[in-house]
Amino acid sequence: MPAPIRLRELIRTIRTARTQAEEREMIQKECAAIRSSFREEDNTYRCRNVAKLLYMHMLGYPAHFGQLECLKLIASQKFTDKRIGYLGAMLLLDERQDVHLLMTNCIKNDLNHSTQYVQGLALCTLGCMGSSEMCRDLAGEVEKLLKTSNSYLRKKAALCAVHVIRKVPELMEMFLPATKNLLSEKNHGVLHTSVVLLTEMCERSPDMLAHFRKLVPQLVRILKNLIMSGYSPEHDVSGISDPFLQVRILRLLRILGKGDDDSSEAMNDILAQVATNTETSKNVGNAILYETVLTIMDIKSESGLRVLAINILGRFLLNNDKNIRYVALTSLLKTVQTDHNAVQRHRSTIVDCLKDLDVSIKRRAMELSFALVNGNNIRGMMKELLYFLDSCDPEFKADCASGVFLAAEKYAPSKRWHIDTIMRVLTTAGSYVRDDSVPNLIQLITNSVEMHAYTVQRLYKALLDDISQQPLVQVASWCIGEYGDLLISGQCEEEEPIQVTEDEVLDVLEGLLVSNLSSPVTRGYSLTAIMKLSTRFSSVNRIKKVVSIYGSSIDVELQQRAVEYNALFKKYDHMRPALLERMPIMEKTASNGPTEIVQTNGEAEPSVVEPKHPPPVGQPASQVKNTVFGLVSRCLSLMAFYLFDLSKTVNFLSIGIPPMTAYNKNGLKIDFTFERANPNPNVAVITIHASNSTEADMTDFVFQAAVPKTFQLQLLSPSSNVVPALNQGTVTQVIRVLNQQKQQLRMRIKLTYIHKGSAVQDLAEVNNFPPQSWQ
Amino acid sequence: MFMQFMLLFSRQGKLRLQKWYVPLSDKERKKISRDLVQTILARKPKMCSFLEWRDLKIVYKRYASLYFCCAVEDQDNELITLEIIHRYVELLDKYFGSVCELDIIFNFEKAYFILDEFLLGGEAQETSKKNVLKAIEQADLLSMELYLVF
Repeated sequence: MPAPIRLRELIRTIRTARTQAEEREMIQKECAAIRSSFREEDNTYRCRNVAKLLYMHMLGYPAHFGQLECLKLIASQKFTDKRIGYLGAMLLLDERQDVHLLMTNCIKNDLNHSTQYVQGLALCTLGCMGSSEMCRDLAGEVEKLLKTSNSYLRKKAALCAVHVIRKVPELMEMFLPATKNLLSEKNHGVLHTSVVLLTEMCERSPDMLAHFRKLVPQLVRILKNLIMSGYSPEHDVSGISDPFLQVRILRLLRILGKGDDDSSEAMNDILAQVATNTETSKNVGNAILYETVLTIMDIKSESGLRVLAINILGRFLLNNDKNIRYVALTSLLKTVQTDHNAVQRHRSTIVDCLKDLDVSIKRRAMELSFALVNGNNIRGMMKELLYFLDSCDPEFKADCASGVFLAAEKYAPSKRWHIDTIMRVLTTAGSYVRDDSVPNLIQLITNSVEMHAYTVQRLYKALLDDISQQPLVQVASWCIGEYGDLLISGQCEEEEPIQVTEDEVLDVLEGLLVSNLSSPVTRGYSLTAIMKLSTRFSSVNRIKKVVSIYGSSIDVELQQRAVEYNALFKKYDHMRPALLERMPIMEKTASNGPTEIVQTNGEAEPSVVEPKHPPPVGQPASQVKNTVFGLVSRCLSLMAFYLFDLSKTVNFLSIGIPPMTAYNKNGLKIDFTFERANPNPNVAVITIHASNSTEADMTDFVFQAAVPKTFQLQLLSPSSNVVPALNQGTVTQVIRVLNQQKQQLRMRIKLTYIHKGSAVQDLAEVNNFPPQSWQ
Repeated sequence: MFMQFMLLFSRQGKLRLQKWYVPLSDKERKKISRDLVQTILARKPKMCSFLEWRDLKIVYKRYASLYFCCAVEDQDNELITLEIIHRYVELLDKYFGSVCELDIIFNFEKAYFILDEFLLGGEAQETSKKNVLKAIEQADLLSMELYLVF
């Protein structure tokens, strides 16, 4: 059997392959050769074969059949074998597979080997991939090595201990004695790894933290020596002595000083020294400064030191190196809550970073900018942020838009500014705005009563330009539906009013219904808007036509709406104005928004408009949206129930309105008694009681009533049309009066009857309604 | 500074070295490598060396035709990680004498050995360049007797 080809030879060969298929073929051939070599239990070439396997594994090919071979190599006495064996174990084995446990014994033996490089291999492998079981078995060995005087092994043992503690935190205690004089070492490797070990222990256990606080003076001394000592070629990096160790010490000091006055004081001077003396021309110096700043901000440092730290960050922001700018922004973001004023001083630099080319820097700058917005700088900041929104990448637009809305809501200097800002966001980033912004905006617009005309005008103009951005279109449709009358009235205080006709407005809304760009939700909005305009515009016929067309729409939601609106036209026309009138001011509730509004102008109260289950906090945006608009359609069906079955159901409460005499002449007395339809306080239910005190019956008695235009009246059938003589009975009849505008109730009544053979007719005004009947 | 993994890859996305300090299956490792390599190769040269990826901080730097990429944890110092990467490159450079990608391809196992003398469990074990190189030299001597066979 010829010797297997050498590693370098294989690599060279594979690299000559011109296609993936060719490479695969070579690999398969070699793998087959390696497999048969493994089967033959060849000791001489096992190392070479495993090395080749590792190369092929790196190219992405399967190599699991080499796992056991790695274990055999580890068990070999040859150093080269062990080297490759351990490397193979780290690359091919993972702790999820039981086979890795077979390593444990080998590692144990090697930890006690006579050659330190073998011990090193074992420590390295254990510290890199040791599973919890292995760590438990071998922790004792590691602890032993932690106490050795051999610094080569001691430093490795320290990091191995760190890994053991990470895997099996309960074992931390056993390493405590060995840490006693770790910091007295002169060897930097040991010092560095010891600091790492101490850091790990302090981070995991408050007890350890308290125990190790006493090391602060020693750490400060070591750090001082590093800074003050002269040039040390072995550890020098661009004129700085062992920056890795310095950074680690600073990090440990941060943990020890946090929340502790004494420790913080003890490290105050050295921090100031590092902050002022470190050379900043190279990355390495800045790395140390960065760590120093993080430490100063975390411990209980005096204010002078904190200001120094923020100023360092401010200088970082101006650094040419974008990496430095990035870490500055990250750190400032962490400190903006606690040191707000200090960070504010660097606001203009931060805002400039919005224009940086790097995505990570832009994101940080955006987050930080939003954190710095306050009542004083809102106008200036918003200008910059809106400009950013215009030009930034799509991945930022949603977050930026949400941030703008939030900031505007908190600090808007005027309602007009607020609406303008919203408009700007909707028109520039309209498609990226989050779904839940639409109901929030609608609420905001509703509550800005004096801006309605201005808002609807601006939104209308925006729609003329562009109907592709759904959130914009939805908000605009809603507003036009609500305030269409203001739009065509040609009145606008804030800016030049536009002249637009009813037909033009309906053209736009109908255009949304048919456009391919409109989402189903948007279509729903525009259909409802069109419907609302039926009470605000005069082109009712046109609207009726549109609504009836959509009664057969394929979209179920649209169809349902259209059918209900159709019904509103046909059967419940007198209710239409009430249902479609202006939305009242909405109170913002914490969790659910519009569904919990208590509406007081005649639309159904929330107890009536009950969703099928109580809405969860943070319900999806579409549900919230639908409930606002579902209100109208649901109102329909429920109002129908309440108002039309009132005559049959006897569930209204008499609320103590005193009866009155409306007419009393020629023996005919007509009394009015009042009831209120419980769910709808605007509907007064009046029952007339006609009685006849003369000695002759009044026959063919007809009672008619008329009310002013602002009211709606409905007369139900009388109980009879004979009013018996001598008060032997009364004729009753129910009148329902809808008084949506809460005006004083007035009525004109006409009475006709036949009395003693002659026809009698009389007209009278009824003006003495008790206030409770119409208030 | 706890490093979760380090990857070296070429401009064509070919992996030249992968060191993992966290337990992950082969499949998971492959997926992470693939995704991360693609993400980094898509970045423009003027962009900064740090990026947030999944819940990790990625620090990367290109040296000639090789990308050196490390994943560190949230509280780690990115700037010093750049220095760690630089130190490793210096070590390779000293060892191979003006290192280039081909050295790493043909001597990948040596690149691993050097890394394992510099870092252990994701942390730096030796901050002196001289000491790392000395240890490698000594270890190489140990394997010398069988070097020719290998």
